[in-house]
Parts: sequence; C-alpha cells; structure tokens
Amino acid sequence: MNLISTLLIPLIVLIILSYGLKKKINIYDVFLDGAKDGIVMTFKLAPAVVAMVFAINIFIRSEFIYFILGFLKDFLNILSVPLEVVPMALVRPISGTAALAILNEILTVYGPDSYTGLLASTMQGCTDTTIYVLALYFGSINITKTRYALGVGLCADLAGIIASILIVRFLFL
Amino acid sequence: MINVIWFLLVSIGIIYSVCTGRVDTINNEIVISAKSGINLVLELLPMLVLWMGLMKIAEKSRLLEKFSSLIYPILSKLFPSLKSKKAIGYIASNVAANMIGLGSAATPFGLKAMEEMQKENSDKTKASEAMITFLVLNTSGVTLIPTTVIALRLAKGSVNPSSIILSSLIATFISSFVGLLIDYIIRRSKR
Repeated sequence: MNLISTLLIPLIVLIILSYGLKKKINIYDVFLDGAKDGIVMTFKLAPAVVAMVFAINIFIRSEFIYFILGFLKDFLNILSVPLEVVPMALVRPISGTAALAILNEILTVYGPDSYTGLLASTMQGCTDTTIYVLALYFGSINITKTRYALGVGLCADLAGIIASILIVRFLFL
Repeated sequence: MINVIWFLLVSIGIIYSVCTGRVDTINNEIVISAKSGINLVLELLPMLVLWMGLMKIAEKSRLLEKFSSLIYPILSKLFPSLKSKKAIGYIASNVAANMIGLGSAATPFGLKAMEEMQKENSDKTKASEAMITFLVLNTSGVTLIPTTVIALRLAKGSVNPSSIILSSLIATFISSFVGLLIDYIIRRSKR
C-alpha cells in the first residue's frame, strides 16, 4: 500500500506531461501559465485564511472546549466514552493541527494500541476540518451566504464520531 | 453565516479567557495568529503553484476531460444540477487526491472546482446546491489511507500502526453517507 502511494505522484506527473506532449502542447509554457494562476489564487485566499486562523486560534487557546467538556462529563461516562478523546472530537471540525496535537498527546500518554489510542486515531482519520474548509473554499470565490452547508457538514462529522466509537468498540474490544 | 461563526469564535475565546484570567495568552495569540495565518498561506503556495501548473497541462491536453468522463456517470448522480464537465473533472480529481491521502494536492483541485461551479451560479454571493454537495463530500473526508495518523502511530511505537485503516474507512464511509443523505433530503424538500 505504501509503495503504491509513493509511486502514484511521480506516475501522475509523468502521465500529465507525456499526454500533453503527445497532444502537441507547449507543456513548459502552459505549466508557467498555470503556475501563475496558482500564485494569484494563493494571494486571493490569504485574507480568508488569515481571518479564519485568527478566530480559530483565539477560540482554541481560550480552552473553552474544556469548559464544555465539564457539562458533558456525566453523560459521556454513562456511554463509557473515554473523556480524553472528547476535546479532540470537538476541535476536529475547526482545526486539523490542533486535533493532531491532541492525538499526539493521547498516543503518548495512553499508547497507540490502547482503546483510547485506537479510538482517537480512528476519529482523526474519519473526518476533515469542516469549518476551515468551508471558510477557505467559500472565501476563495467570495460566497457569504453558505445556506445549509455548515449544518450538514457538522452532522456528517457527528455521524463519523459516533460511528468511530461504535466501530472501535466492536472491532477492538 | 460566516459572520456569525467568525464572531462567535473570537468573542467566546476572548470573553472566556478574560473570565478565567488568562488575558496574557489571548493577547499573545492575537499578535501571533496573523503570522500563523500567513504561514499557512505560504504552506499552501508551493503546492498550489505546482499543481495548478500541471493541471493546466492536463486541462489543455483534454486529459482532465477524459478522466472526468470516466467518472462522470457516478458523480453526475450526486451533482444533478451541475452542467460543467470541467467542474466534474476537478471534483473527481479532488476526491481522488483526498482518497489516497494527498490532502495538499487535493486543495488546488477543490478550489478550481469551486471556481468552475461559481461560473454556473446565478447568485454569486450565495452557495449553489452543487457547491454544498461538494463540500459535504469533501469535509466528511473520504480518505482510504489516513497516512498522517499511521505515521504518528508508528512514531509512537505502535505494534500495528495501520490497524486503524478498517475502522477509519468504515467511519469515513458512514460520515460521508450521512452527510450526502441529509444534503439529498434538504435538496428534495426545497423543490
């Protein structure tokens, strides 16, 4: 599996270039043209990214999430969900790096093959940073009315988290 | 919507840290955060430049079109309102890159897909149905091999770092399925 994924990118690059050459395209000039678009696009993104990172970092550093956790504690104990993974689940839709930092801590403290470690690893792998992606993608084309996108995205995240808890319990316990 | 989320994140963060007496941390964070934001932009830059260049070749040589017509029958069912074949091609490339765990290569394709969908959008400030379906598919994270997590588990001395592939796969699938289902129900009910 690892070999396939390391071979894949070089292979894709090779296919794109040789197919372009076969179709008699000035691949070098076209590449430069596209690369220029890439630079323009990155700088068009910059304001939305800075705005979102600003808000996300303040929110995460305030540790408000641990405050919410206090309320959820009893409820989660009944469901026998390890409390350590909850901050990760709450942070996951907002920031991938923050969630990864918590995962790192969980794996160090509890070990990667413990129930808690397996559950946290599964959660990290099952969804993406919904709020960040929405801000980035909608921001890139100046869309402000996002309608029901966030609601559906968060529902999907919640489904992924619940599914992780059930599956890990079923597969590993 | 973005106004509300943005405001809530910032105001909850500031008010809560003032209440818990950690104004210093938040003060620092405000100063640093702009830098972290720009750093993230700079991290995106190389991949965007490289893949936009390569994809332009794929676009001009009609390789992208070929790829999208291959996957079109499946995706057109998910995106019934979408007419642009180019957009489908970029969506397919984005999903494919995400699946094999190339998140950084997926972003340029995703942004291009949004650009193409915006061309068909009647109200340029309002998200179209196709855009929302695409983002639901994208954020529910269709990853076949969670490479970052496996690498981290390996580093932490796991006896079987890739043991979580199956559980992640099922969880990802359920998450995407639930997301797409809710999206479908909402779309239907609006008609």
